[in-house]
Amino acid sequence: MRNLIILFLIFIIPSKALGLIEVDITRGNLNPLPIAVSPLSIDDESKKGFEKTLKKKDIGSEISKVIEKNLKTSGLFNPLDKNAFLQAPDIAHLKPRFEDWNLIKAQALITGKVKNVDDKIRVEFRLWDVLAGKEMMALAFTTVPNNWRRVGHIITDKVYERLTGEKGYFDTRIIYVAEEGPKTKRIKKLAIMDQDGANNKFLTLGNELVLTPRFNPTSQMVTYLSYFRNLPRVYLLDIETGIQEVVGDFPGMTFAPRFSPDGKKIIMSFAKDGNSDIYTMDLENRIVEKITNHPSIDTSPSYSPDGKFICFNSDRSGYQQIYVMKSDGSNVKRISFGNGLYGTPVWSPRGDLIAFTKLHKGKFYIGVMRTDGSGERLLTENFYQEAPSWSPNGRVLIFYRETKTDDKGEGFSAKLWSIDLTGYNERLVDTPTDASDPSWSSLLSN
Amino acid sequence: MKKLVIRNIDQGALMKLNKILKNTFLVLFACLVLSACATSKKSTGQMQGDVYTGTDTVEYLASGVPDRVFFATNESVLTTASRETLRKQAAWLRKNSDITIVLEGHADERGTREYNLALGERRANAAKDYLMTYGISSNRISVLSYGKERPVDSGSNPLAWSKNRRSVTVKAN
Repeated sequence: MRNLIILFLIFIIPSKALGLIEVDITRGNLNPLPIAVSPLSIDDESKKGFEKTLKKKDIGSEISKVIEKNLKTSGLFNPLDKNAFLQAPDIAHLKPRFEDWNLIKAQALITGKVKNVDDKIRVEFRLWDVLAGKEMMALAFTTVPNNWRRVGHIITDKVYERLTGEKGYFDTRIIYVAEEGPKTKRIKKLAIMDQDGANNKFLTLGNELVLTPRFNPTSQMVTYLSYFRNLPRVYLLDIETGIQEVVGDFPGMTFAPRFSPDGKKIIMSFAKDGNSDIYTMDLENRIVEKITNHPSIDTSPSYSPDGKFICFNSDRSGYQQIYVMKSDGSNVKRISFGNGLYGTPVWSPRGDLIAFTKLHKGKFYIGVMRTDGSGERLLTENFYQEAPSWSPNGRVLIFYRETKTDDKGEGFSAKLWSIDLTGYNERLVDTPTDASDPSWSSLLSN
Repeated sequence: MKKLVIRNIDQGALMKLNKILKNTFLVLFACLVLSACATSKKSTGQMQGDVYTGTDTVEYLASGVPDRVFFATNESVLTTASRETLRKQAAWLRKNSDITIVLEGHADERGTREYNLALGERRANAAKDYLMTYGISSNRISVLSYGKERPVDSGSNPLAWSKNRRSVTVKAN
């Protein structure tokens, strides 16, 4: 037995020592990995060309800034100060002098090269393990110059995946509701931006109230609630064409829409005579199905990623609680049993967890529980916050938070925040206006 | 025999004393409750339980006909005062048979957006059902829930929230 253990140790230790760097994302990371992002090198001719078309002096260094910001906001990496870099970008990309990078305590290094090829932008990059003195990855992309920020996001996704072993979430977008004006007459517009806040765009003008936009997980379609002509109905919007249409022909308010994981159905609530039940509509054949049939409020439905189950919010026990049922509406089971009220359940894209909003003793929490209701964990507490939405890799939640108004009714704000599943790395997500109801897209490049 | 009688009298007296004591306690208790109510009324303004009873935000459809009713947190049950208001509205609607109305249901900001949309719809329908029992035809009434989207008081305090938990009857024509 003893011999066995010793053998085992001998076998494990050397392989660990030889193994390349890894980042553990399952715990709160208090020691983010020091990483050097060398500005991507660029030849003078390409530089001049892109300066004209993109109005950026040095597109190579701009792309590296995108990567750096992504890595920093992930909370898992600590991008080092560029002023301390000793090696020139073009030489580093060919063969880094690992001693130099070691000296500034970098454990990983990203280098790259940008080139103008037939009016397209070609970007290659390499990821290096500084301690082991080895190349970990090398890739190249060619695309239209306007996509340069996306190149930065895709590189971050590749680096993140190589170092953590899980898919990234950087080449993604957030759709949300932009808010302005006094609380009693709030103007709301649909808005969309890159995950890092760049390329913000308003999709509606603010003439009618809009709420709860959600991405189709398989395309760039969006479903949301609009009060167009004072008739609150679920709509479908194609972001690329701007074409929108009402979902179904319901004689009353439809709300709380989400797509099924295959993107073929919309699941939502329909309210009639004081009772809200859950319905689905098939987007191809327009067939409507009633999923719940109960005199209580049933709302906020969300599919499991395999489409077999639905979690939803119901007050059938007297107060708002979270329930899970089969996707045909059978086998309804309550899963939330802690103190307080529970709302907005959302199934994780990994399938193992349900994120929710909880109200307890006048405070609002964002939390997660297993799909059977066990293992409840509260990630953040505040005066008001709700509506978590998962990053496509199921590691980060984005939600919105509102501040209290004072006795004069001032001081109100609504902002987007993100937090890691670990409960660490809580961050304000910058938006040009106040914001609420965020929804995270799937990876654009997949 | 005499002794027995005396005993009976004694027991009766004792029971009486008990009753008197109990009653005093009841009265005392009632006093305490009432004074507690009185003070809580003072401290939070015009509320009973957490239902708004004031008139700050109330508008009138006609003289003596208030346009709105208020609800307790998470509730859609009509209070005695709400029913009285709705009976006045029903009487006014019966007199003005060409008028159609929208019942706008609202919730306070202390709930999730989607649930509050459903709750607002439920509140407006509670008002609709009551109007219908007083002879107002359902085809004169439409229902519109705003959830927590259109508060009338932007404050973040119990009194503001009580004003916002409401169903407002709005003339549609």
